[in-house]
Amino acid sequence: MSNKKEALFSKKNKKLISDPLNDNNPITIQVLGICSALAITVQLKPAIVMAISVLFVLSVANVLISLMRHLIPSRIRIIVQLVVIATLVILVDQVLKAYVYDVSKELSVFVGLIITNCIIMGRLEAFGMANGPWKSFLDGIGNSFGYAWILIAVAFFRELLGSGTLFGYPVLEKIGLYNLGYENNGMMILPPMALITVGIIIWIQRIKNKDLVESK
Amino acid sequence: MDVNKNSYTLGFAAIMVIIVAALLSVAAIVFKEPQERNVELEKKQNILKSVAVEVSREESETVYYNFIKEELVIDSKGEIKEGIAFDVDLAKELKKDISEQKLPLYIAEVGGEKKYIIPLRGKGLWGPIWGFIALNEDLNTVYGAIFDHKGETPGLGAEINTGNFQIPFAGKTIFEGIEFISISVIKSAEEDNMHAVNGISGGTITSNGVSDMIKERLERYLPYFENQNPETKIEKEVKIIFSDSTLTDSLTKIQEESYE
Repeated sequence: MSNKKEALFSKKNKKLISDPLNDNNPITIQVLGICSALAITVQLKPAIVMAISVLFVLSVANVLISLMRHLIPSRIRIIVQLVVIATLVILVDQVLKAYVYDVSKELSVFVGLIITNCIIMGRLEAFGMANGPWKSFLDGIGNSFGYAWILIAVAFFRELLGSGTLFGYPVLEKIGLYNLGYENNGMMILPPMALITVGIIIWIQRIKNKDLVESK
Repeated sequence: MDVNKNSYTLGFAAIMVIIVAALLSVAAIVFKEPQERNVELEKKQNILKSVAVEVSREESETVYYNFIKEELVIDSKGEIKEGIAFDVDLAKELKKDISEQKLPLYIAEVGGEKKYIIPLRGKGLWGPIWGFIALNEDLNTVYGAIFDHKGETPGLGAEINTGNFQIPFAGKTIFEGIEFISISVIKSAEEDNMHAVNGISGGTITSNGVSDMIKERLERYLPYFENQNPETKIEKEVKIIFSDSTLTDSLTKIQEESYE
């Protein structure tokens, strides 16, 4: 395999991790996984738990698909990918329910949502099917982090401005903002504001990184 | 090897399905016991929490019987039936006809006072919601309430399992005089409104679900409450007689008028 010749963290491999954080971010550039970015960014805690679960499922599924890539019949490859993802998600759900019950309650329906996260299938189809296991693993980690930081950033603003709390801790109340007449913005906890927040992040990203702006 | 041959594709799919099915069945069997135990301990923890006894899930097992003195199953007429209250599955009972439903009731003793704990179950936005509501010995004043849900939206409907939502229930009353009113979850409830608490902004459907659940469940226990509280029963009978006499009065009045 090719990765035996190159170092485990060669420049090319490091790029697999760093690219999705910025230049090729799954949410802001590829606009994948938007549905979960809307659903679970009302508070920070579920956003982080979701990010960790996606990290696990995406990196393991990417490796598994990569290992099987020469065996999978091309006509049913999407089904195979879906079965791998669904199996992993169900296993994770079962283990959480048995041994980390609180986390499992925190995730509730979102464990199921991982299956429908387009980032995961997108990476399996685009990367896992064509590259070796180690590269696929790095690609999975990179994309999960790219997904995670956007999720956490959106959740940070939505929780702070929408409920005045961070991780459930009443930050704005403690600094006495309400006494000055400030009120929470109820709009922020509704799904459309997640889309607008993601939009603002994309805007800022393109101001900083001119390469991303399409030439006319 | 040609991986795109029909026979290979079929074979691959078949083997994959068998492996996955086997894996998942094994996982389901292996994890079943700890999962069921978690659910049971959580139920005990929630029952205790409704009477303001805060314990961790592990401790709830040992502390449970220090507080819960009686577990009853009653029927829709308020009679005590045979059965183990803790094992009654409300999800199944709710599907039955009202007259056949088993109604679990837990009686706790906290600080020398009797508390009646009634399990609740209803519908939220995405799935079932449930909880426990504890009443004081007068069977009117709420001592505490806790709610939980399967999959309400975090930050919105899911807030029903937080203290902010649950604490205001304490001290509310379910009767106005002898009339059953229940407690509703409404938008901007006044603090002196004895039958309403504040809802969650953005979680209206879940809030309505909580109102409906409390009303529907408590209603089932009214016959039992009446049996327990002879006073209300007498009062009610007096009221019926009273309303009857006013009715006959007005009837005779109408008759007299028509004669004239």
